[in-house]
This record gives sequence, C-alpha cells and structure tokens, in this order.
Amino acid sequence: MDQILNSLHYIKPEISAAIALSVLVIIDLIMGKNKKYLSIVMILGLLATTYFIIEQFGNSSFAFNSDSSKFGLLAVDSFGSFFKLLIILSSLIVVLFSITSYEIKKAKERLGEYYSLIWGMIIGMFFLVMSADLIVIYLALELLSLSSYVLAGITKDTLRNSEASLKYVIYGGVSSGIMLFGISILFGNTGTTNIYEINALFQTQQLQGLVVTLSALLIFAGIGFKISAAPFHFWTPDVYEGAPITITAYLSVASKAAGFALLLRFTKVTLIDSINTDGSWNLISLIDWKTFLIIISILTMTLGNFAALWQNNLKRLLAYSSIAHAGYILLGLIALSNEGLMAVMIYFVIYAIMNLGAFFVVMLIANKTGSEELDDYRGLGKVAPLLTVSLAIFLISLTGLPPTAGFIAKLYIFLALINSKMIIVAFIALLNTVVSLYYYVRVLKYMFLDKSEKEIAPIKINFANSILLIVLLIPTILLGIYFTPLVEFAKNSIALLGF
Amino acid sequence: MINITLYHYLIVSSVLFCLGIFGVITRKNAIMVLMGIELILNAANINFVAFARYGNFGNSGQLAALFVIILAAAEAAIAMAIVLNIYKTFTNINIDEIDTLKD
Repeated sequence: MDQILNSLHYIKPEISAAIALSVLVIIDLIMGKNKKYLSIVMILGLLATTYFIIEQFGNSSFAFNSDSSKFGLLAVDSFGSFFKLLIILSSLIVVLFSITSYEIKKAKERLGEYYSLIWGMIIGMFFLVMSADLIVIYLALELLSLSSYVLAGITKDTLRNSEASLKYVIYGGVSSGIMLFGISILFGNTGTTNIYEINALFQTQQLQGLVVTLSALLIFAGIGFKISAAPFHFWTPDVYEGAPITITAYLSVASKAAGFALLLRFTKVTLIDSINTDGSWNLISLIDWKTFLIIISILTMTLGNFAALWQNNLKRLLAYSSIAHAGYILLGLIALSNEGLMAVMIYFVIYAIMNLGAFFVVMLIANKTGSEELDDYRGLGKVAPLLTVSLAIFLISLTGLPPTAGFIAKLYIFLALINSKMIIVAFIALLNTVVSLYYYVRVLKYMFLDKSEKEIAPIKINFANSILLIVLLIPTILLGIYFTPLVEFAKNSIALLGF
Repeated sequence: MINITLYHYLIVSSVLFCLGIFGVITRKNAIMVLMGIELILNAANINFVAFARYGNFGNSGQLAALFVIILAAAEAAIAMAIVLNIYKTFTNINIDEIDTLKD
C-alpha cells in the first residue's frame, strides 16, 4: 500500500489527464446542449497536463514496484516524458483543428464524447510510453485502441465513416488478440510479465529459443499494427480516408508516436544482450533481429511509397505517405544504437509538425470545397495562395528536401545508418525518397499548373486559422536551418531507464 | 483416468487460437469475425491461468486473465455498437460488401 501511495507522484500527468476527462464529462452533462465551453475546458486540461509533464522531466525511477522486486510496472524516464510531450502537443494542435473542422461541427451534439474519447486516447498513450510490464502494455494499448475505434466513426453521417471504424475494430481486435497470445506464451516461459525481469532471465539462463522467438514475433505483430508497419498496414489507408480528418491527423502522429515509443522500449529493454564500446547494441541472438527489422522497414516504405503513386484522394495519399514514413522511422531503430534512437526522436518531432500541417491545409480546403479529391485541387493556387503555398512547403518537407525540416529528419536517420555501416539500406531508403518526390510534386502540379474547368470561389480562412497555419509553418522551415536546440533536446532525452 | 497436465491445457488453447484465426479469416459476417476475436482472447486466457497454476508463478497469471476478461467485454461492447451502426447505414453486416473505400 505504501508503495502505491509513494508511486502516485510519478503519474501526475496521467492523474491530471484523468481529472480533466472527468471534469469534461461533468461539464458536458451540466451544459446540456450548450457546447461552447467544451473546447476551452479541453485546452485548459491539456495545458495543465503539459505543466505536469514538464515538471516530471528528468525523473528516472520505477513506479509501482511489488515488494519482492526492484522493477516496477511503470518506468518513469526522460524518454517517456519526451514522447508524452510530443503526444500532448499534437493533441493540443488537433483540438485546435477540431474547433474549425466542418465534419466535427456537423456532429456537434457528440462534441462531449469526442473530447472525452481523445482524453481516453491520451491516457492510453501516456501509459503506453512508460509501461515496463507486458500486462500494462496490453491494457494501455487497448485503452488507446478502444477510444480510437469509436473516434474513427464518431460523426456517423457518412458511409465511409462507419466503414472506417468497422475495419479499424476488426483489424485492431485481431492484432491485439495475437499480441496477447504472444504475451501469454512469454509469461509461461519466464514466469513474469515485467520486461526488465524477462531481460534478466534472457541474460542468465537458456530459454526455449523457438517458443520465446515466436512469442516475441507475436508481440511485434501487435506493435506493428499500431505503427502501421508492413505487413500489418492494410487498415491504414481505409481508416485514414474514412475517419474525420482531425482524427486521421491524430492517428498518424500521436498514436504512431506512442506505438514507436513502445517498440523502441520493448526492443531495447527486452531483447538487449550487451552494449558494445562504440555504443551499438547487441540483441539476444534468438533470430537475426537486425535482418528481420531491415526487411520489415524496407517493405513498409516501399509498399507505402509505391501505393501512394496512383492515389487520387489526398487523405489516402497522406495515409500511404505515413506508412512510408513509418518505414523511414524504423530505419532509426535498425541502427541499434543511441544515435539511431536520437534520430527517431528528431524525426518524430519534425514529422508531427509537417504532417499535422499538411492535414490542416487539407481540412481547411475540404471545409470549403467538401472534397479531398485531387481533381478538385486544380487551379487552387490562384484562389488560395496562402493555403496552397503552405501545403507545398509541408509536402516538400515530407519529401525531405532542403532547406525544410524534413531534410534534417532524414539526414539524422541516414547518418545513424551510415555510422552503423549499413550503406546499402541507406541507399534503398534514398531511392524510396526519390519515388516519394513524384507523388508529392504531383499535388503541386495539380494546384499550381493545372487549370480548373469550373469557376472556383476564393477560399478565405479566418485570422485564427492563418495564425495556426503560420505557427506550424515556421518550425517546418526554421528547423531545417537552425536545428541545434532540437538535437540537444533529443540527445538529453534518450535515457531509457536501466540503460 | 488420465492425468491432466499443462500440455493438455496448452493444446486446448492452441486449438482455440487457431480456430479463432480461422474464423476471422473465413467468416464474412462481422459478428462471426468478432466471435473469432473472442476465441483468440480466451486462448490467451487459458494460457495465463494454466501457466500460473502449473508453473507456480503465484497469482499474476489469474490476475492477467481477469484483466483480459474485462477488456474483452469492453471491446465486445464497442465492437457491437460499431456493427449496429454499420447495420443502420449499410443494412447488412457482411464485411465483403462494405467496401466504399477502395483504391
């Protein structure tokens, strides 16, 4: 009991999020049909939670230990805090999107549920990035998933919306079930669900190699679903296209970040054997994990990039592009060194900004034209210069061309790869970037070079939205030129508890 | 009288797991697919309890199974709500016919 009370101050951000969720639900009940203040309550809750995350930064300890063990259920460290900060900031931006989103406005009577479910996702992701126990991983993953299944179909008024949530719940249910089966086998072979204890067992005694490998692969299947890595990416295009665009943006950034944080922690903590003098990690040699991850990563980015080539819906195109980006981010893990870890974190910050920005512009255009089809983007360059130019910058950054931030993100990934002597993999990734240039630039061609057959009304956006757009635009360009603070910040946050 | 060992439980759970996967892949009705998912979760549950009982791992296996039962119920509730919504919009729940989103 004392142990539980002592650990409570380690989960202040989560407690703050849970209180904010309850307050939101109560205010929604009291206010009845008046939904004006919900967004403000939501933003205040997010800011309070941000404060507690920043306060917690730099802590390094286990929380909720059992009496007999020195390892706990949660690992509070700066790695987790970094991802929590990323998640909360993208939540803030997505809530700001939701205020103007036409799709969300139409489903106004469900705004209370919408925001509460976003809180549900946030709490799930928070526990996911700091979990050090397989059962906590499963619980947090389900909390995240269950909220996002409903959010994918929250507006209910279009066919594609309902379809997205059905596909999401079926694929998600299967993959989390498979993951749970893997967890149960790993539990049976080690007698514990704590990943630190499992690692200690790996190092000291010979375990049933085949069975343990199988269970680790099953767990990877569950994580692979969350980060939409091939071959578990089939849900991504359909769900991303069908879900409301704010939720698409949120899934592609925050939920993916949480999935990657879990993957990095699980790989490093559970499977590590020893650390070489040059800083690279040796993984437990059950199977060749490196080759396995290289195959997954190259498959993911190639499938994503090539499928994106013939997409005519911008939301679907960005869905495939986010699959491709998951492939690039996996390259950082393949480097199997702290340098690669740092590259992943830098990539995620930049990816979050530019991807949210791209989705924001698509949302603002869809608010007016009611469509995300590329055909409707013809000639938009003349009537909406600010929107189209910012979309162009975000897309160039997603390609990874200098002087945008996307270049720096890719640069660090490639540097990490080259330093761990994987030139061929880096070369394949580079070729993939060239392929991706085609479909990103194709959007620019539609906007600026093609002429519209019909007359299009000028698209005006209000002052607040242009400010938000510029706030997203500035780091996209600035981080491409002046990136030292971001690199320093990532370098200071790579400390995983115990290593 | 056969002596029930850990292996008997593991065989039952593996069979359940395979049946679950088989159901998910072959069934067209969304409800049947969800039942397949339940089978997978229950296979894991049998594993947890059997390992905890025969491996002398204390209560942790039973506790894990309890958590999984609760989550399976929550997941079933949410999935049913989504299927109901699908039935209202598409008037059928055959997952092969729900394909407005395609390349």
